[in-house]
Amino acid sequence: MTSLFEEVPATADADADVPVRRVTVTLNGERRAADVEPRLLLAHLLRQGFRLTGTHTGCDTTNCGACTVLVDGLPVKSCTMLAVQADGHDVTTVEGLAGPSGLHPLQEGFKDEHGLQCGFCTPGMMLAAKALLEENPDPTEDEVRFALSGNLCRCTGYQNIVKAVLWAAKRMNGSEQ
Amino acid sequence: MYPSRFAYEAPRTLDEAIGLLHDGAGEAKVLAGGQSLVPLMKLRFANPELLVDINNLPGLDRLETLADGTIRVGALVRHRDLERAGDVHRIQPVVGAAAPLIADPIVRTRGTLVGSLCHADPQGDWAAVVTALRGYVVAQGPGGRREIPIGDFVTGPFQNVLAHDEVAVEAVLPGPRHTVAGGFLKLERRVGDFATAGTAVAIELDGDRVTRAGIALTGVGSRTVDATGAAEALVGRALTSEAIAAAADAAAEAAQPTADHRGSAAYKKHVIHTFVTRILTRVSTTSEQAA
Repeated sequence: MTSLFEEVPATADADADVPVRRVTVTLNGERRAADVEPRLLLAHLLRQGFRLTGTHTGCDTTNCGACTVLVDGLPVKSCTMLAVQADGHDVTTVEGLAGPSGLHPLQEGFKDEHGLQCGFCTPGMMLAAKALLEENPDPTEDEVRFALSGNLCRCTGYQNIVKAVLWAAKRMNGSEQ
Repeated sequence: MYPSRFAYEAPRTLDEAIGLLHDGAGEAKVLAGGQSLVPLMKLRFANPELLVDINNLPGLDRLETLADGTIRVGALVRHRDLERAGDVHRIQPVVGAAAPLIADPIVRTRGTLVGSLCHADPQGDWAAVVTALRGYVVAQGPGGRREIPIGDFVTGPFQNVLAHDEVAVEAVLPGPRHTVAGGFLKLERRVGDFATAGTAVAIELDGDRVTRAGIALTGVGSRTVDATGAAEALVGRALTSEAIAAAADAAAEAAQPTADHRGSAAYKKHVIHTFVTRILTRVSTTSEQAA
């Protein structure tokens, strides 16, 4: 059971009316299931249910993009999608970026180009960037900035974030040749 | 933040969805993209007892362009789909201009045009586009289908005319008769913020003469403003600087902004004036070059 819980008075009866639904997702390539209340958000299923805390919840109001994950390959703010809506879908979090051969080029790029300061926005930035590079493997700087415009960095480290994504694009194109 | 407790259903057919809404007797809400509804529920501004998730209904993700230029936008067509629909942009450039300015790229993955119309936010962008194009919403309920012109669809801020057991299944943008031109401009303080002011312009030209015009404004009233006076200033005339100035004056006149942290009322009217002038001047310059 996931931890959508509320503390109740010790004398209270258990609430028999709480609706619970089964959610089955392919999470970072692995089939996972959980029984959740419909009001549980995808971000909380990932963090508290599946204990993948790489997905950060920042503003919790659909602004900051820290909670961005990929659903069927497309970037989504996981604080603004119900966990039940992910049922039957493919979800990728930052934990799913690295492969057996090591870090993803985006992760290498963020490391190499100093694309993170406090690191809070980084998972969301990298997943939004991954979706961009899959659609557009050789983006211009403007295209990177546009694609990341739904993700906020409050260290205002955008300059190096953009550099990191361009670095990764170059690496990924190089290794394909 | 969690929404308050609700029941959730994800029907597989439209009839089933309508049945659930009917039984919900006004306490049920349709969930499509959820990019406005879910935040409202988290903030407890909306507390539906039942959510009817229409994301599994077949066919609603269809974005169709018909031979006569009519564009049909299903209830599950995302902003992202419209942003990438080159065939739609060729028919109606105002759609192509507006799509990349809706919210932010991540929100555009989930949010829908039809949902935006239903949400009826006075600062919403799509309602202005659909108003400028004289579009309509197709709703289906237990009694069948009906078409609702966009001007009648929105009844006030965050209010629409749908019955509690009706689903807005698509929005339709009628095909143009003549050469189409137009644009969409929006002033926002930062990406993803609501419009300080926005302007949608859709016109049709027969030679250099305007045969049809729609000018609609967002962020400058308690609902989308249909600036009919501005449109009338153009119809039957060429896009001369006098005609453009008359339309811009009339649009600024029609705007009814209130002062807030985004700017004073006078400033917002000024922005509307500038936007109308800018879009129409660009159209007139482009068509001169083409001639």
